[in-house]
Amino acid sequence: MRVSVIVFPGSNCDRDVAVSLKKFSNKSPLMIWHKETSLPDSDLIVLPGGFSYGDYLRCGSMAANSPIMKEVKKSAEKGSSILGICNGFQILTESGLLPGTLIRNQGLSFICKNTSLRVENDKSFFTHNYNKNEIVNIPIAHNEGNYFADENVIKDIEDKNLVAFRYCNKNGDINEETNPNGSLKNIAGIINEKGNVLGMMPHPERATDDITGLNDGEKFFTSIIESIK
Amino acid sequence: MIKIDKELIEEHGINDQEYEFILSSLKREPTITELGIFSAMWSEHCSYKSSKTWLKKLPTKNNKVIQGPGENAGVIDLGDGDAAVFKMESHNHPSFIEPYQGAATGVGGIMRDVFTMGARPVALLNSIRFGDTDHPKTKHLLTGVVSGIGGYGNCMGVPTVGGEVEFNSCYNDNILVNAMCVGIAKIDKIFYSKASGIGNSVVYVGSKTGRDGIHGATMASAEFDDDSDEKRPTVQVGDPFAEKLLLEACLELMTMDIIIAIQDMGAAGLTSSAVEMASKGGVGINLNLDMVPCREKKMSAYEIMLSESQERMLMIIEPDKEQEAKAVFDKWGLDFATIGILTDTNHLVINHNDELKAEIRLDILESGAPSYDRPYKIIKESAFDESLVKETAESPINILKRLINSPNLCSRKWVWEQYDHMVMNDTILRPGGDAAIVRVHGTNKGLAISTDSTPRYCSADPVEGGKQAVAESWRNITSVGALPIAITDCMNFGNPEKEEIMGQFAGVVTGMIEACEILDYPVVSGNVSLYNETNGKGINPTPAIGGIGLIENLNHFSTPHLKRDNDTVLLVGKTDGYLGQSIYAKEILNIISGLPPKVNLKNEKKIGDTIRDLININKLDTVHDISDGGFLVALTEMSISGGIGVKIHLDEKDVSPKFLFGEDQGRYIISVPDELISDILRILELKNIFFQKIGKTSGTKIIINDSEEIEIKSLKKIHEDWFNEYLKG
Repeated sequence: MRVSVIVFPGSNCDRDVAVSLKKFSNKSPLMIWHKETSLPDSDLIVLPGGFSYGDYLRCGSMAANSPIMKEVKKSAEKGSSILGICNGFQILTESGLLPGTLIRNQGLSFICKNTSLRVENDKSFFTHNYNKNEIVNIPIAHNEGNYFADENVIKDIEDKNLVAFRYCNKNGDINEETNPNGSLKNIAGIINEKGNVLGMMPHPERATDDITGLNDGEKFFTSIIESIK
Repeated sequence: MIKIDKELIEEHGINDQEYEFILSSLKREPTITELGIFSAMWSEHCSYKSSKTWLKKLPTKNNKVIQGPGENAGVIDLGDGDAAVFKMESHNHPSFIEPYQGAATGVGGIMRDVFTMGARPVALLNSIRFGDTDHPKTKHLLTGVVSGIGGYGNCMGVPTVGGEVEFNSCYNDNILVNAMCVGIAKIDKIFYSKASGIGNSVVYVGSKTGRDGIHGATMASAEFDDDSDEKRPTVQVGDPFAEKLLLEACLELMTMDIIIAIQDMGAAGLTSSAVEMASKGGVGINLNLDMVPCREKKMSAYEIMLSESQERMLMIIEPDKEQEAKAVFDKWGLDFATIGILTDTNHLVINHNDELKAEIRLDILESGAPSYDRPYKIIKESAFDESLVKETAESPINILKRLINSPNLCSRKWVWEQYDHMVMNDTILRPGGDAAIVRVHGTNKGLAISTDSTPRYCSADPVEGGKQAVAESWRNITSVGALPIAITDCMNFGNPEKEEIMGQFAGVVTGMIEACEILDYPVVSGNVSLYNETNGKGINPTPAIGGIGLIENLNHFSTPHLKRDNDTVLLVGKTDGYLGQSIYAKEILNIISGLPPKVNLKNEKKIGDTIRDLININKLDTVHDISDGGFLVALTEMSISGGIGVKIHLDEKDVSPKFLFGEDQGRYIISVPDELISDILRILELKNIFFQKIGKTSGTKIIINDSEEIEIKSLKKIHEDWFNEYLKG
């Protein structure tokens, strides 16, 4: 299993995701500094959460244009799987690897809290250990997590079952009340058509430790690790 | 040459006596750069001239303290070679003028104090105080400060795990923003600020120097008036992204055995870091300001020396290691410049544009700094007039609803949801409890951390209030099962030149000394912020206490939320029903006179030690201390956070505001399952600790003596609604 975590200046969940990956695979991922111009062959490349380039210009936009992202795109084309969490999701939309964009939260403030998510796609590389419609508790922490895309894009990703998770409540209800940030259709995470790129705003790496009271991210990481094997 | 006249000297906050001393020491007139340096170094903020005679009386040692006051931050031993490095600091005046940047740079500054010692910051807390909720500036200041704190900490990737928020009209024109940071380091890898090695290089790293924040330290040492808005240019602008890079670069360099000494450029910028580092090491320092990376053109020596631009550090390294060190900062895209050299002259010598701009013997700046034993008068309120507490027909549940929907007792969720409190994945107990718990990464040890102060108590009786602030911190740390180790203090007071304000300071310190001694809870770092007045009116004396404790084994700790049905709920500690200075008296009776509740420190220690022992032997997992609002408010918080109700059974005489809302000190509520209750009762009796059975946990309601009841869901809504409603309006 070869996993690379890209470290941009301003990334701050790189260690957290590396700890979770190691916990379930028993192997530490490679940490790749953004100035590297080549990427080792990787089964999975992770774009971690944080504030790459200080969120200057627009969240994820500077990172999307950094040299290392050219390599990430090449790897994606060759079939490596790419996971973007939070700022990583923003980088994926900015670089065109996923459709749509993430705009400022509807309430205009940063939100850090537990959210309930409904698993929409239980067949993917990243999510196959979940059951469809399973309700999982995974926290969010972002200021720009409001997923937006034009109608055609939304229709397309819904028709093709590319929504991975939606925000809901404990009963799985999906509506305005259970939408923390204004995302269209309560979308919390999406997959690309080829199935090898997933971006999500919630942080599964923050739900892998019983002592914190959250462990619903475990199935996410075991899905990935089993897919690689 | 700028002419040094009386007006200029006054503008620099230097009095006649101090100026005479400068003249006689230099044996000439100072240059403008030198005047600026004296002004900054001798400002209250840097010199502690009014406070140091009192501060040095505080206990600063116990067997866990590695470094007490005098360094960038305090250091305590956590065992296994781990240390916690922590400090709290104020950023009051800048935050009032420009709330977002003021608060943000307060957070940035305190983090630098911690990582400059080689520690990775792992937790942020704060203590913020605003004016009356009706005051026209309060909403703007509240939203600005909260987003500034979040904006900086969130970007740094350091969780903000706790804090306190208070509203009181005494802060109308002088809000308080105190930020605390805790870091973790290896004991053998702690870095200090004492410069050494004649001929070694003085290296500047981090962001460039601009004209922002010039004379911030002097501003922070003066009273405000209506023209304070004009001081906006002296507020620094923060760049958390630059600080994140600086943090990573410094920690990377610190693994390489290159740094001899390091200090951040905080208040009074390059001046204070250069002077303090050289003074501590007993060496001289020559600076060539032509080498300082500047953001703006044609900055004068005066401006460069006094700029408070953020995200900068000063280091001492050996000249032959410069290239190796520079490579690290190049990697992170940060400036690295050798700007001077250590000398054996004991002088601070500053050159700029090939001109000598300053030459001052360092001992004049440091030990020559003025120290005042200011006259003081400790004033207490008179005893609380119990006859003012009239019988009330209002039901306890109704009063409870009003209290938990009041600004100072409602849920702070609106605030802490704007802070990333989970990043780093070691937050075991999140904001909203008595103390936050943060795991020492990669171990099974936990740090318990909280910030506390009850300024209205300090105002009514400074000595008792000082004791209470320390005791409450100790109690909060104890409530989660941690052994309290040490504190950092942020002392916010009015103008010390007034006898009664100096009396508040002296009284609070006196009370703190007693509590620190009896509870073995020394002060290892801190900060003093005086002149918190506007138009001559001072704030309530506010000693914000940041406390730290250690949980040796995270298999056993406790939290306030109720966990099971059918537990027995016990109130531990004696309730006399004292309402003086209580929130009930203020919010419901509109009485703000009288003495605060007494703190019995011996009793406090006995009860707290017993509670902690019970947690550590795994007999107790649900504990909440009783503070503002009294017993029923504390129990309601436990119910709301656990989602479990309580059937309360009390003697009829106790169904009274005195018992339910009195703020007697040294009390805890615990919830115990049947299989453990006999053990718990036996131990409490054995230790001769007063307790009473309050009722049983069950269902989804709080029910008092089978007659009055309310659903927890509706209490939760009332509790959490206040901020949203307030900010909507």
